[in-house]
Amino acid sequence: MNQGKGILARFQCGFESFQLDVDLQLPGQGVTALFGHSGCGKTTLLRCMAGLQKAEGYLSVNGECWQDGHRRLAVHQRPLAYVFQETSLFPHLSVHRNLTYGYHRIPSDQRKIGFDQAVDWLGLSHLLPRMPAKLSGGERQRVAIARALLTSPRLLLMDEPLSALDRHSKQDILPYLESLHHTLDIPVVYVSHAVSEVARLADHVVMMDSGRVVAEGPLQETLARTDQPFALEEDAGVIVNAVIGERDAQWHLCRADFEGGSFWVRDEPELMTGRDVRLQILARDVSIALAPNHEQSIQNLLPARVEQIASEQSPGTTLVRLQSGDTPFLARLTSRAAHQLQLAPDMEVWLQIKTVAIVD
Amino acid sequence: MGPEWQAVWLTLKLAGITTLLLMIIGTPIAWWLARSRHWLRQPVFAVVALPLVLPPTVLGFYLLMMLGPDGFIGQLTERLGIGTLPFTFEGLVLASIIYSMPFTVQPLQNAFASLNDRMLEAAATLRASPRDRFFTIAVPLARPGFLTAAVLTFAHTIGEFGVVLMIGGNIPGETRVLSVAIYDHVEALEYGQAHWLAGGMLLFAFLVLVCLYTINGRLAGGVVK
Repeated sequence: MNQGKGILARFQCGFESFQLDVDLQLPGQGVTALFGHSGCGKTTLLRCMAGLQKAEGYLSVNGECWQDGHRRLAVHQRPLAYVFQETSLFPHLSVHRNLTYGYHRIPSDQRKIGFDQAVDWLGLSHLLPRMPAKLSGGERQRVAIARALLTSPRLLLMDEPLSALDRHSKQDILPYLESLHHTLDIPVVYVSHAVSEVARLADHVVMMDSGRVVAEGPLQETLARTDQPFALEEDAGVIVNAVIGERDAQWHLCRADFEGGSFWVRDEPELMTGRDVRLQILARDVSIALAPNHEQSIQNLLPARVEQIASEQSPGTTLVRLQSGDTPFLARLTSRAAHQLQLAPDMEVWLQIKTVAIVD
Repeated sequence: MGPEWQAVWLTLKLAGITTLLLMIIGTPIAWWLARSRHWLRQPVFAVVALPLVLPPTVLGFYLLMMLGPDGFIGQLTERLGIGTLPFTFEGLVLASIIYSMPFTVQPLQNAFASLNDRMLEAAATLRASPRDRFFTIAVPLARPGFLTAAVLTFAHTIGEFGVVLMIGGNIPGETRVLSVAIYDHVEALEYGQAHWLAGGMLLFAFLVLVCLYTINGRLAGGVVK
């Protein structure tokens, strides 16, 4: 068995109407998103990794074996942390004692994250004496994240930590989650059914359906696939990494440069020149023209080559994968339009991109 | 100490010891009943609940048979050199434990069953062993259940009569508890003394329940939600 870096996870378990059967090799650092519709088994897989769900299989994390055919570490013996979907703070303990619950249970020489460090990072110092019942949803989840990190885990598991929160609280927490990449050098496995969260946070994506892995790989590559057996529907789109190259003060626009081209995006105060940004371009916002047409409102025109034309679940639409430079794009057209343009692989066309969203 | 106070003291001693022992015995039983999926769960639950539906005299009768010199427990205790238990204080404690068991186990079982599993799972991911989780999470969160169980067990043991009469008889200082003393007074037409004892018990029961509901209301308001 390969004991190398990264996470090796192989699990089989079944209930009456559901079978989980996965065999995954995930990166040993960065954020991996387990992504899929509800009921696809992503939370069950996460619980198997934590040991909360009994399953046959094998699990090793960066060379340490937590479960194989012979033995299975109990949950409390695994150096992991878990952030639950809904509040999991102990209602009878203050925020301070919630935070120290796990912290005091690991030997002091294994504490890599200090108490004050975690409290500062998540902005909790004024909440320490309060009881969980007196916190807002967003505050509770921040405490839960800090409590998890204070066990200095070697694997961080997060089960839709934002889904129970309102929009405002989500915006409150997302920046902390984004900085996880930079702050921690441990692997994070993040369960989500929201493409926008995945686009913003993940480096690696595992797409699941009916207890099986249907697609897996680096974020950009995986989101640009046209053969996802379950359609992302409205959310199909690609992620492009870019750098802010120029700011146009007159029109309040910035130029974001990527390999093979550039976009104009709406200027925001925090977009400094030279900053790395993650852009999301939804397939439904991309249209295709055979020639560049400058007499129109769309500002972002890119030359591209057709790679693949895939029919979708609904027969009225077609998903087209294109390449501009080295960057893949997806465009969703009506099937009639695809037919009239006589699109075929290797055709040179122009992409008209209506909206470019900055996600990070 | 007059015979009345002797009866009061004996009653409180019996109820106190019974409650203490039942909290120790009843907690693991309640935990198992609340968390297990074992097929024996329902039969065990039924056995624990039996004293709720059986006439105390039936229970007392079988206990007398089992604990007596011909019963298997009686033979065991004689062989161990303890002698037989009927008509002793120890016998009364044993009978009370069985008789009051449902009043300990059921509130605890309800409290354990309504624990949010998420809390125990979260504690496990924070490195708490099963034992650690039980004492630091389950017990504090089930506190209202423990209070209810202790108060009901104590109060119910104070009020028992049929079982005491069957297994303990009426020996002053050994088995003559309050309820038996009241019965004696009424038999002897000493209504004045009976009033004192009966009225005292009524007041005691009322005060206990008021305290229980007040404290539980406060605990529930402060801890949950």
